Amino acid sequence: MAKRIDVKDLNVYYGDFRAVEGVTLGIDARSVTAFIGPSGCGKSTFLRTLNRMHEVLPIGRVEGEVLLDGVDLYDKNVDPVAVRRTIGMVFQRPNPFPTMSIFDNVAAGLRLNGTKNKAELTEAVETSLQGANLWNEVKDRLDKPGAGLSGGQQQRLCIARAIAVRPQVLLMDEPCSALDPISTLAIEDLISELKNDYTIVIVTHNMQQAARVSDRTAFFNIAGTGKPGRLIEIDDTATMFSSPREKATEDYISGRFG
Amino acid sequence: MSAVTSLSESAASAGPGGAAPGDLSSPASSSRRAKDRGATIAMHSAFVLALVPLAWILWTVTSQGYRMLLTSQWWMNSQRGVTVRDFGGGAYHAIIGTVLQAGVTAVISVPIGILTAIYLVEYGRGVAARAVSFMVDVLTGIPSIVAALTIYALWISTFGLSRVGFAVSLALVLLMVPTIVRSTEEMLKLVPNELREASYALGVPKWKTIMRIVLPTAFSGILTGVLLGLARVMGETAPLLILGPYTKSINFDLFSGNMASLPTMINQDRTEFLDAAVQRTWGAALTLILVVMLLNLAGRLIARFGKV
Repeated sequence: MAKRIDVKDLNVYYGDFRAVEGVTLGIDARSVTAFIGPSGCGKSTFLRTLNRMHEVLPIGRVEGEVLLDGVDLYDKNVDPVAVRRTIGMVFQRPNPFPTMSIFDNVAAGLRLNGTKNKAELTEAVETSLQGANLWNEVKDRLDKPGAGLSGGQQQRLCIARAIAVRPQVLLMDEPCSALDPISTLAIEDLISELKNDYTIVIVTHNMQQAARVSDRTAFFNIAGTGKPGRLIEIDDTATMFSSPREKATEDYISGRFG
Repeated sequence: MSAVTSLSESAASAGPGGAAPGDLSSPASSSRRAKDRGATIAMHSAFVLALVPLAWILWTVTSQGYRMLLTSQWWMNSQRGVTVRDFGGGAYHAIIGTVLQAGVTAVISVPIGILTAIYLVEYGRGVAARAVSFMVDVLTGIPSIVAALTIYALWISTFGLSRVGFAVSLALVLLMVPTIVRSTEEMLKLVPNELREASYALGVPKWKTIMRIVLPTAFSGILTGVLLGLARVMGETAPLLILGPYTKSINFDLFSGNMASLPTMINQDRTEFLDAAVQRTWGAALTLILVVMLLNLAGRLIARFGKV
């Protein structure tokens, strides 16, 4: 069910300010693509354009094309709500719905989109929690509040919630930056499993993490404050970390700046 | 370099009693301790000062009015046929008047107030939102007697209708809507944006996100705001004096006839210097306080047990 993404000459704006400029890249189906780069280089902003979350901000605006298996997500006839149903997202900080139980959190996407069948929901919740490697830890307390879990468990709950609606693509915006090393490892293992079924794009500040989990890596950089972020290069992760084509990439990866 | 200079300067200006920088063993300087003590005393006195009138009022009203409330006829009878000189009689007619008028006020104000707050927080942009917000500010500042006269001009002068309970409710709506808008607005702003984004990312439309994620998250705060607003309008008197003439009889009809209420009952009996009337005044005052306190208590209980 995974699909590929092709971005063509994408510019991202906040009001009049151009935050990201001229990005063209391809993301393969059933693979993990990592976005790395210094803070403020626009990688998270760019990620949020892939499921039209950027335009949730009143001043957010996008020019260019994002093709999901050839269909332009920014076409006039495309409903942004449908786009987000197809391309799920996991955020930097775990954000389970505080008024809902573990079960209700995972079922939220399906329920809010109209699924009422109890058996269907129960099955989806179990499958998703198993998919997020959380089932064994929470199966006895599905009716307890989701906010009562540990940070790492909450993040896996959010991943379960995101995959419960069976998206084609899963976007992850620094999913481990608020987690300890053990929870991070759990999420990274999960990413490796999820790529069998989903196309995954992950933004990370942790280069080791990019090296560990991703098949391809894209490096973003910014020329200076107030300048737009740009895609410097994208390549197989092994190539990027051993022999990048660009000097800036090498400098960043070897820790000489950023 | 300049930072170092200013640091040493400030250490020097601390004067006698100021410890040398880096000397952790010396106690806090005497001037700092004096300031700390001064601020502590000031805060505690302010707290006591604020508490004194509250305790005073509660004590006076309770001690003067509790006897009336201990009789069953207070809760079950009206004042019908009871003259100023007669002791006793009930407040039932006034209690149902207050509860009915406030209830209708809430039924009208809550949807308007909450929807306005949702508009301001979730949808409102630019000139339109600023205009609405400004209007709400203006409405917040309206004296209750002006609200009452506005409804008088509309209900009685323009439409030629009579002074009935519903007219009182309309005037109270003008006073309650802005408080609900403001308190709901604050509660909606407290809902983290991350929750809205999490919902959007699941492909949930905006209106459904507001209905199913944002409002439930803010529910207990919104409810508290509504009950505080309700408590406030229950004690309003100006609209009652202008639009809701007192009667000693029971009246359930908001659209015809005079309807009593606790504030107008107090106002009726307070003008008499007879013991029987004075007792009734205190009794009605205590009843009003109790009704408002009960509402607040209910709100807090719902907020506590309604939260997951």
